[in-house]
Amino acid sequence: MNLTLHVWRQKSADLGGEMVRYDAKDISPDMSFLEMLDVVNEGLDQKGEEPIAFDHDCREGICGMCSLTINGIPHGPDRGTTVCQLHMRRFKDGDSIHIEPWRAKAFPVIKDLIVDRTAFDNIIRAGGYISASTGGVPDANAILIPKKNADDAMDAAACIGCGACVAACPNASAMLFVAAKVSHLALLPQGAVEAGTRVKKMISKMDEEGFGACTNHFECEAACPKEISVKFIGKMNREFLKASVKK
Amino acid sequence: MLAAGFTKSSVGKKLLMAATGLMLFGFVVGHLLGNLQIFLGAKVLNEYAVHLLELGPLLWLMRGGLLTALILHIGLAVNLALENRKARPTGYSFRASVQTTYAARTMMVSGVIILAYVVYHLLHFTFRVTNPEISSLHDAAGHHDVYAMVVLSFKDPVISGVYILAQLLLASHLSHGFGSMFQSLGWICEGNEYCMKKVSLAIGALIGLGYISIPAAVLLNMLTVPGGAG
Amino acid sequence: MSVTLDAKIPSGPLADKWDKHKFDMKLVNPSNKRKYKVIIVGSGLAGGAAAATLAELGYAVECFCYQDSPRRAHSIAAQGGINASKNYQNDGDSVFRLFYDTVKGGDFRSREANVYRLSQVSENIIDQCVAQGVPFAREYSGYLGNRSFGGAQVSRTFYARGQTGQQLLLGAYQALSRQIELGRVRMHTRAEMLDVIIVNGHAKGIVVRNLVSGKTSTHMADAVVLGTGGYANVFYLSTNAKGCNVTAAFRAYKRGAAFANPCYTQIHPTCIPASGHYQSKLTLMSESLRNDGRVWVPKSKNDNRPALHIEEHERDYFLERKYPSFGNLAPRDISSRSAKEACDDGRGVGKTGLGVYLDFADAIKRLGEDTIRERYGNLFHMYEKITGENPYKMPMRIFPAPHYTMGGLWVDYNLMSNVPGLYVIGEANFSDHGANRLGASALMQGLADGYFVLPYTIADYLARIKPGEAGDSPPEAKAAEKEADKQTKRLLAVKGKTTVDEFHRRLGKIMWDYCGMARNAAGLKRALGEIPELRERFWEDVNVLGSDKELNQALERAGRVADFLEFAEVMCHDALERNESCGGHFREEYQTEDGEALRDDQNFTHVSAWEYQGVGAKPLLHKEPLVYENVKLATRSYK
Repeated sequence: MNLTLHVWRQKSADLGGEMVRYDAKDISPDMSFLEMLDVVNEGLDQKGEEPIAFDHDCREGICGMCSLTINGIPHGPDRGTTVCQLHMRRFKDGDSIHIEPWRAKAFPVIKDLIVDRTAFDNIIRAGGYISASTGGVPDANAILIPKKNADDAMDAAACIGCGACVAACPNASAMLFVAAKVSHLALLPQGAVEAGTRVKKMISKMDEEGFGACTNHFECEAACPKEISVKFIGKMNREFLKASVKK
Repeated sequence: MLAAGFTKSSVGKKLLMAATGLMLFGFVVGHLLGNLQIFLGAKVLNEYAVHLLELGPLLWLMRGGLLTALILHIGLAVNLALENRKARPTGYSFRASVQTTYAARTMMVSGVIILAYVVYHLLHFTFRVTNPEISSLHDAAGHHDVYAMVVLSFKDPVISGVYILAQLLLASHLSHGFGSMFQSLGWICEGNEYCMKKVSLAIGALIGLGYISIPAAVLLNMLTVPGGAG
Repeated sequence: MSVTLDAKIPSGPLADKWDKHKFDMKLVNPSNKRKYKVIIVGSGLAGGAAAATLAELGYAVECFCYQDSPRRAHSIAAQGGINASKNYQNDGDSVFRLFYDTVKGGDFRSREANVYRLSQVSENIIDQCVAQGVPFAREYSGYLGNRSFGGAQVSRTFYARGQTGQQLLLGAYQALSRQIELGRVRMHTRAEMLDVIIVNGHAKGIVVRNLVSGKTSTHMADAVVLGTGGYANVFYLSTNAKGCNVTAAFRAYKRGAAFANPCYTQIHPTCIPASGHYQSKLTLMSESLRNDGRVWVPKSKNDNRPALHIEEHERDYFLERKYPSFGNLAPRDISSRSAKEACDDGRGVGKTGLGVYLDFADAIKRLGEDTIRERYGNLFHMYEKITGENPYKMPMRIFPAPHYTMGGLWVDYNLMSNVPGLYVIGEANFSDHGANRLGASALMQGLADGYFVLPYTIADYLARIKPGEAGDSPPEAKAAEKEADKQTKRLLAVKGKTTVDEFHRRLGKIMWDYCGMARNAAGLKRALGEIPELRERFWEDVNVLGSDKELNQALERAGRVADFLEFAEVMCHDALERNESCGGHFREEYQTEDGEALRDDQNFTHVSAWEYQGVGAKPLLHKEPLVYENVKLATRSYK
């Protein structure tokens, strides 16, 4: 099939960018979206034009590297799917597709479709961990964890840190990302000890990085390739209130 | 007490938005219940108005509280909206959304219009500036005739129209705001977010209908001023 | 530098070696630790765990990764689980049994002492991960759940849904993040290592290219640790991430580190077949599918009819036919090879003819569609998403794909290469899996090296040297940086017509055809003829646009492919030299009458470690004999 692409091109962080039109010809419906871009890039290469830069790595939906907004939806139209797992049979011959980077102040564009997500790392550094140094920990079965808690914690921990929640949020808020880590650790007895300081530090870092606030649109959940529930945002709010009142 | 920095934090602000929203919601419900007494006849409504005024200092305390909540609610909303806008300096050229609602996206618009309406509403019924000829009547007992004031006002299709429009926006505002309140306060039993969305929609609709029922009844001649000018 | 291979295995009984060694090793005075700087390249399970642990101990750590965050290394993609000899299930597991299973699974081509230590520390790993908050599966009692995995007779595999690798990596990443915040680790992301700096025979630093600005820089330290993963992408199509590469390990090899057993590669049988020329990577599906699926191809050649039109008597259930007792559950290498044979015979299925059916029709008839959905729902869903075919209605198509590489840089018991001060951990080294890795053992080894082995052994080296010996910019550093820049400039100067990917694809085809699942001397010799030709053409005709002063993904790939083009030869030399079949290395000349691998313990119970002799020159072979004092060499049989 043949498609028309409109792709954000931006030479570097400090230069402006624009949407540029490309024709993608003879695209097989069995290609993944990224393979379609590979083919377009090989074509550009042949013509002596610089290929479109985009982040990708594992191409099996788990590393969290790929980050394209397709026709206004982060990771494209399939629910619970990263771009690398999206296939071209989802599109029709003659479609035109708009491809843009994640848009948020905290995720500045580095080049074309690649953004800098260091802000997420900074939030984890601020407190998204349990302070358990290597060695000197008890036997794994010494800490009993109700199955329900372990399962809920796993639901939250499934976050791949791609940033689609921020890209989808009308306010470029990182609440779902932060809530997922806060909840994952707060649900476990090992993590409960630091829960109060953790939630405060992570939220304060989140604000500092320039993310917006949540106004409960739940767009983040719709875009999340791991379908992490907005219930964790409620949980985080509660954790935050608890930590703030206890003082 | 609340920890330092609470009010500076985005989550703290949201919690305050929810708390002030809750207070305003309480007022909206109370006010509706009060108003609906119109269906019980002029006597009941007018006596209710008298009782309210008899509360004296307590009434002023409530009014003060509500005003503070309102100012905070608006101030925080403006502040958050500005911050949220800053969080995405460059927008998408192709905009789309999956599951947000019209009501959620227009909270600022509905909020601002409701605020403007509240000002007009106070001028109309509380301070009786806009239509003094019908808002200063007295009933047989010598009480301020609230009943007549309301019915006669709503006989005017322009006044009714404005009122109904404002109530529709209030319904919209609450249909998102009510559920949001619980989510922001972390008061939803986890997993019930979507159920709460529906509850929220129902609450918004119910309150909107409740308020609208009054002008509707007047326009349909179900509420009339006995032997009155209407 | 001439290579001497001293494995430095501690003396004494197997079970006491590690404890004894821990006592014998020197310690670094706590107040001196911060004066020692350690460079760690790679932030996967091995690198991330090592960086966090060394920083906790007080060393100054600098960590580098090519991804945009240390949370993304390909360890994250491991699904199945992690083994540990906890014996929580009381089913007869023990340190010795895990050790024995691993040695046997590796087809008796690994070091006893290393594997025993791995088995010992496996228990600590689970404790550590739980303490970090890894949400392992639990029973209703609150105790940890286990499953049996990859044909093991005991349930020793711990798992976190289908995302065990991800959860373990996030645990290490979070521990690392804590140390970064404390200022004990300096993290460099989007940074690619281009060379090791050797000063007076010791590894003292690395050359790095910042992938955003394009600038190269040198970083000096007291020791260098490589946790840079495997080289399965030499085949172009593999289950590895697109960025996985051999560059760091290969540059170390070019600086004198020996490369051990490069021909040991693991090909996983249940992957989704490639659908066309544009295919960029292969996706693995859990091996558990073979519990209920039946593998078959048509009996007659070039049978293009849809699967459902092929009658029962026209089908060849080849695994059931060849291995009646194991049937569809035959081990990875055997299943993979049988599928290849069927396709080579012209009986492969799908558009490309490179695939075999994995059929659930019988299982659905027997158990009902709901049961199958319950067991494999998400795998079926993934399959349908990728292929557009509904596996409930028609059989899946599967084909083997390169998955893991057991070979790697040679290291001694301390995980130090033959270059003093250069340590290699995780998949990047060769140490623990022999000729074949068992399921759920890769995660175990990566974390064992990073959390519990390297932090001890590196101290023994550091305690013997003065901190900062090599200075901030010795002439060797400048020279290495200049060389790296020269290579980059050279790649840009070719200005040819063929894309980097096209060269990579061609190399991949050579390697898959001649050095893949089944190898023979004639094919390997042919590959050794074709690879240098392809390399020559690469340097004449590769097309890399843009400059080296910016983010340039084509340039990144070109550098990696240039190294694969040299490394591929080493692999073929190793495969050609190893005149036996063992584990993932199957030489067609060495098989039993019914097609089983035939080991030659007499002549090949050794590690083959190759020393660099120049581009295109045959590397020099060194042998480290493998001594088995605690297990008896046996032949695997799955009939």
